[in-house]
Amino acid sequence: MAIEVLGPRARERVGRLDRIWEERPGLIGWLTTVDHKRIGILYFFTTLAFFAAGGVEALLMRTQLASANAHVLGPSRYDQVMTMHGVTMIFLFVIPMTIGAFGNYLVPLMLGSRDMAFPRLNALSYWLFLGSGCLIYTGLFLNMGPDAGWFDYVPLALKRFDPGLNIDFYALGLIFNGISSIAAATNFIVTIFKLRAPGMSLNRMPLFVFAMLAVSLSLVFALPTLTIDCVFLELQRRLGFHFFDVGHGGSALLWQHLFWFFGHPEVYIIVLPAFGIATSIIPTFAKHRMVAFPLVALAELLVAFIGFGVWAHHMFTTGLPTVTLVFFAAASMMVVIPSTIQIYAWTVTVMMGRPEFKAPLLFIGGFIAFFVIGGLSGIMFAAIPFDQATTDTYFVVAHFHFIIFGAAVFPILGGMYYWFPKVTGRLYHELVAKLSFWLTFAGTALTFFPMHIVGLLGMPRRVYTYQGGLGWGAYNLSETIGAFVLTAGLLLIFGNLLWSRFRGPYAGPDPFFGGTLEWTTTSPPPHYNFAVIPRVTSPYPNWDRADRDEDARRLESGELVLEEGHETPASTVRDGYLDEVLEMPSESWWPITLGLLVTVLFVMLLLGHFVVAGIFGALAVLALGGWHAQEPAEA
Amino acid sequence: MLTGAAIGFGVIALLLFLGWARRNRDRLPFGGGERAATGLVLGLGIAVPIVVLATLFVWADVFVLRSTAAPSPRSTQMAIDVVGHQWFWEVRYPGTKAVTANEIHIPVRTRVNLVGTTADVIHSFWVPELNRKIDLVPGHPNRILLEADRPGAYRGQCAEFCGLQHAHMAMWVYADPPARFRAWLADMAKPARAPATPQARRGRQVFLSNPCASCHTIRGTNAQGKVGPDLTHLGTRTTLAALVLPNNRAALEEWLRDPQHVKPGNRMPRVPLSDADYRALAAYLEGLR
Repeated sequence: MAIEVLGPRARERVGRLDRIWEERPGLIGWLTTVDHKRIGILYFFTTLAFFAAGGVEALLMRTQLASANAHVLGPSRYDQVMTMHGVTMIFLFVIPMTIGAFGNYLVPLMLGSRDMAFPRLNALSYWLFLGSGCLIYTGLFLNMGPDAGWFDYVPLALKRFDPGLNIDFYALGLIFNGISSIAAATNFIVTIFKLRAPGMSLNRMPLFVFAMLAVSLSLVFALPTLTIDCVFLELQRRLGFHFFDVGHGGSALLWQHLFWFFGHPEVYIIVLPAFGIATSIIPTFAKHRMVAFPLVALAELLVAFIGFGVWAHHMFTTGLPTVTLVFFAAASMMVVIPSTIQIYAWTVTVMMGRPEFKAPLLFIGGFIAFFVIGGLSGIMFAAIPFDQATTDTYFVVAHFHFIIFGAAVFPILGGMYYWFPKVTGRLYHELVAKLSFWLTFAGTALTFFPMHIVGLLGMPRRVYTYQGGLGWGAYNLSETIGAFVLTAGLLLIFGNLLWSRFRGPYAGPDPFFGGTLEWTTTSPPPHYNFAVIPRVTSPYPNWDRADRDEDARRLESGELVLEEGHETPASTVRDGYLDEVLEMPSESWWPITLGLLVTVLFVMLLLGHFVVAGIFGALAVLALGGWHAQEPAEA
Repeated sequence: MLTGAAIGFGVIALLLFLGWARRNRDRLPFGGGERAATGLVLGLGIAVPIVVLATLFVWADVFVLRSTAAPSPRSTQMAIDVVGHQWFWEVRYPGTKAVTANEIHIPVRTRVNLVGTTADVIHSFWVPELNRKIDLVPGHPNRILLEADRPGAYRGQCAEFCGLQHAHMAMWVYADPPARFRAWLADMAKPARAPATPQARRGRQVFLSNPCASCHTIRGTNAQGKVGPDLTHLGTRTTLAALVLPNNRAALEEWLRDPQHVKPGNRMPRVPLSDADYRALAAYLEGLR
């Protein structure tokens, strides 16, 4: 609601909120912030830097593979770059971008809350993420980057075959990164269940938030197995344990089972937020609420759940018993159904409404096209004989890039355009945005589609070069050209956003007439998000004009403005009745301090200075004590 | 599968087109409101996939699966052991003394039971034109059926990332008429033939008095190393270093002079010798037929 139309009493209340929620200015403000929006922006720029690094790695690989027997990268460098591309895009770009940046910025806004449930934990997640990302990249810059592929199979990753620090950067980096993700996921679960605006029962919760809930639950259950796997690996590499040694009763397949028990849910962790973004953009531009809303919410949760029962389809050639193969093939097919529900819900919604194909919706169209292609090649892997023929070839590379780039990153790009006016208060350039879509779309298709063919022709994945005369050259060259077209498209997107950030026209609070609560507040939103906690009576509260007028009246009368302190309301888990008013913590030095101490702890573990690491561990515990000494008083 | 893909795509494209072409609101293009739309989602999103997936499941995972599964024990006429190494394939014929590398010979139209294991990390045995792939996992032998309908050469390559030279771990499978195969196998089982020329004799001396012999086996000599490929009949093979180089005198010499340049990171060190010794060594190895 616009400030100008406020009455004098309302304006006074807004002024009081401004003073209560204000954070310190300048750099110190950013270092000590607990504001979910600022943390989201920190996440955004950090993950963007990692995205750039992962992109450069991809271009290096594509340049090396543009022709047979090329010498751009030697095998050692190539293996590091290849491994880091995977690790970066998954752990340092897509997950922190969707959960850290989009989730952090948008979830409290969509819920009508003033912050995340644990604002300082939220800041800690960011600092830990930054520390772990820098730790992993230090390895690459020292020419000791992880080099056994992103799934890091043993025995290749054991000390006998990889004696340097390469794999230790990987294992410790991911253990470290996991702490950050688990903290973030826990924070989201609590926020989503407890901090919804009064009136937002679960069936009125935005589908984006359902997706984030599914992702957070997946993370909490999946990540510990990766952490355990990496702990086993480090124990074996550093202290001579035998978890993966056949000669001592261990098993090389143990790594794979634990890894993929995390690794397949991970795929849905990557792609579910994208579904969430799609279900935000489509109703806005189709001007119609999502068709089959409860079914879509259920489908999002189901995808995450079934995703835990399909991991062995990554291991169909390892010699598992046939019964096991068939079970996992059946489970892998089942996961198709919640996905098709969503695909048809999206398309039928577009059909029911009056679609306006602005850039964000174009990106969602591209997303649906790529998701269908990637999904169909995914179904093929549930046909065991087909999987056994094509696994570990470029056909797989094609498949998962259609999923991860086409289906996960396209909505992220569309989402950047969609929420850009909300975050910056300015509009992007529509024509350039559309152009950038077509460029990225063409680049993606040109890069990844030929990989299907070259994979079927017999090109294995993860080769640093290939011989001429096998008929692979032309496809590889077109993939490389595609990669550069794609890069141009991405640069155009970021150029557009950068230019619009300073030159774009002012957007106002709600340029697209979105349905969810983030569009009810100003652009950019104030520190406290909402001057009055909004009233919610449907899944698309911003389309309920009467409720928004009611908000304005409540701001005038002071109901649910909470202008006495740093406060936000909590509601009951299922029905969203007002439960209590929570006192929220203010800015703090503890998260960054703790993040720094834990970073040093991991560096010391990496260098094998276990005593020094112990000292920093103890200091971290002390810092936690200091943190708790500063709890906000109970309201 | 392609038909299914085309139909799925067609339906979605049609729905999107209808959505775009229409102007009135809250009704489907062919009539019906919110309830009909939900029905459409239920029908296309649940009912259709269940039918398609069930069909695919029965067809692929019940019927086709049988034709690619590991062969039942008594259904094959012979066995071959393949051991994956960083970065070459060791090939053994059980019941004979024959050992070779990076080249598998099989009789045509014969069911062969191939047993795959590994000496170090996980590799994956894959000859795309003959069958699916199997992983070579430590302590877990896997079996696969190898059967060629037509005589010919079939290229295979390691499919599981196995380190620096994963890209150069290829092999040839030669399917020969049975008589020719039997002759080849009998040759392979024999010890190495003695060098025929003075230069080759000097080459043998160089081989046996240098580190070569501690890594390679040449049956019939004192060289009994187990690290690198068996070289007893190296001269009969078509390629060197798992298909990196063609097998001829010049390439052999190039390889011997600097194996790390030809295949960076491979396990064979450069052994410094005089020019004459390199030439002699190449002559000797080429003569191992």
